[in-house]
Amino acid sequence: MVTAAIVGSGNIGTDLLAKLLRSSSIEPRWMIGVDPDSEGLQRARDAGLEASADGVDWLLAQSEKPDLVFEATSAYVYRENSPKYAEAGIRAIDLTPAAIGPYVVPAANLDEHLDQPDLNLVTCGGQATIPIVHAIASVVPVSYAEIVSSVSSKSAGPGTRNNIDEFTRTTSRGLEVVGGAERGKAIIILNPADPPPLMRNTVFCAIPEDADQEAIARAITSRVAEVAQYVPGYRSREPQFDPPSDVNGGMARVAVFLEVEGAGDYFPTYAGNLDIMTAAAVRVGEVLASRLPAAV
Amino acid sequence: MAQPQPFSDILTREMTPYDETWDVRVTDSSLRDGSHAKRHQFTMDHVVDIVAALDEAGVPVIEVTHGDGLGGSSFNYGFSKTPELELIAAAVKTAKTAKIAFLMLPGLGTKDDIRAAQDAGGQICRIATHCTEADVSVQHFGLARELGLETVGFLMMSHSTSPENLARQARIMADAGCQCVYVVDSAGALIMEQTSDRVAALVAELGEDAQVGFHGHENLGLGVANSVLAYRAGARQMDGSTRRFGAGAGNTPVEGFVAVAEKLGIRTGIDVRKIIDAAEDVVRPAMDGECLLDRLSLTMGYAGVYSSFLKHADRLSQRYQVSGAELLIRAGERKLVGGQEDQLIDIAIELAAESSP
Repeated sequence: MVTAAIVGSGNIGTDLLAKLLRSSSIEPRWMIGVDPDSEGLQRARDAGLEASADGVDWLLAQSEKPDLVFEATSAYVYRENSPKYAEAGIRAIDLTPAAIGPYVVPAANLDEHLDQPDLNLVTCGGQATIPIVHAIASVVPVSYAEIVSSVSSKSAGPGTRNNIDEFTRTTSRGLEVVGGAERGKAIIILNPADPPPLMRNTVFCAIPEDADQEAIARAITSRVAEVAQYVPGYRSREPQFDPPSDVNGGMARVAVFLEVEGAGDYFPTYAGNLDIMTAAAVRVGEVLASRLPAAV
Repeated sequence: MAQPQPFSDILTREMTPYDETWDVRVTDSSLRDGSHAKRHQFTMDHVVDIVAALDEAGVPVIEVTHGDGLGGSSFNYGFSKTPELELIAAAVKTAKTAKIAFLMLPGLGTKDDIRAAQDAGGQICRIATHCTEADVSVQHFGLARELGLETVGFLMMSHSTSPENLARQARIMADAGCQCVYVVDSAGALIMEQTSDRVAALVAELGEDAQVGFHGHENLGLGVANSVLAYRAGARQMDGSTRRFGAGAGNTPVEGFVAVAEKLGIRTGIDVRKIIDAAEDVVRPAMDGECLLDRLSLTMGYAGVYSSFLKHADRLSQRYQVSGAELLIRAGERKLVGGQEDQLIDIAIELAAESSP
């Protein structure tokens, strides 16, 4: 088993804990926070982990160090922590928007970056939509990809709310760099409806007018199945094709409608946006674990 | 937070005017909200002609942007025929006295868009969020004030939350640097006292910290009446669109509000005869059709649905051979908020599947 520490004992860290406890290749041994009263640290102790509110320096002072770190703090904190992990030779999976390492989306480009010390998971909207853009771009050139992520207000924490520009910028960039679109645009909507709606994502791609629609549809269907292997609540409607028109900017378009139902580990099932991040992080961790020399 | 004052008390309260010359400042939104009705196909000529006529009539503020705000040109909302920054620059060049405002929605537009709109000459930055999500706008108000822009906050779909909640959200915007918070009736669903109760709650909460405004739609035929009640409850900035040129059944008609205001002794600084002529001779010819209280737009007011969904529902009802009214009712049932135009397609697919054997 490969050992892991979870840094950040908030909602994301706590949901990660639940998922890692089920993993057959990763053993979560440490959980690090900054608030001694955090519920996440208590849950970690109850599950038999060593938990500390003394931050990353405590972790790095231990005689035994983790093989992997899952970072669930903030972009600001991660910029401080990242060089410390590098120095200690610990591989980092970064769930913050810091984006120090390359963007990684398991069902799109994980294989390209497995040797990197630090992997960044883009954003929740990116994890949900980039695999689809990548699948379409594997069939036809995509000159422009646009995504709309709707998440329930209850599942959008202060991190997202205070840095909403970072979400749109990072996700747009991910659509280009990982998805393979020439230009990307991301839109995020918070919906306060009660009961909270499931996370929904729409992917619009500009495609050539004479594109092979069946080939595109097949690529999307098989990619949805691939993502659903690590995010079981991930599903789509049949893709919709529209010819060029004025309101479509004169471009032919394919639209894909995705729904993400969370696994309900620590977050309620509506928070598919949070679930897809932690599920992707575990997937990345497990693939890394399979490549690392196993700890005794 | 102070308790909102009951309506009867508001009528007897001392009224502070907008400034020495106007009791209320009017913003015309036909070149922003009208973008929805025009399916975002404005040309430079449309903007130059309309701004010149409104400016001449004395309209103090004219808003120019894609209907969904900066960066709205997209698959989801419809691509602009002319880049909005060019339209803003043309409006600035044309206006002799009117200030040019622009709209942005956090989550769609970014701080970079605010900077670009200011570079194009925009002077008033209007930042819109859903009425319960004001905290996503904090960084944008901060930047706008830093840049020396005048700021306005939009609490969209104001009918969908209580006056007390709305006042709490207004406080978040005011503390972030917003100088006037609008009660925005995006669905045209507010009825009379529901408008004035919300405005009064904001006035009580904000006091001298920020002004209060009202943005009305005609989906229940109450734009002017609601605006007068909003004024009486303390709103000192008022939105409208000349000839109702806007989303849904259109916005409060500026010429209608100005005429009524004059009769009531409310000073707007706008020449009634000139704005009536501008509506008929300049704005109407730029429109593809009148904004009407027809089946779909009345359904929106009735079901509390975001007005900008109208043209999308209309187009999708043809594309998928489903009822546009049913589509809008479902949008209301799903509690969609502004910006979720993509979900209308999802509903249309669902309706089409239900009706196929």
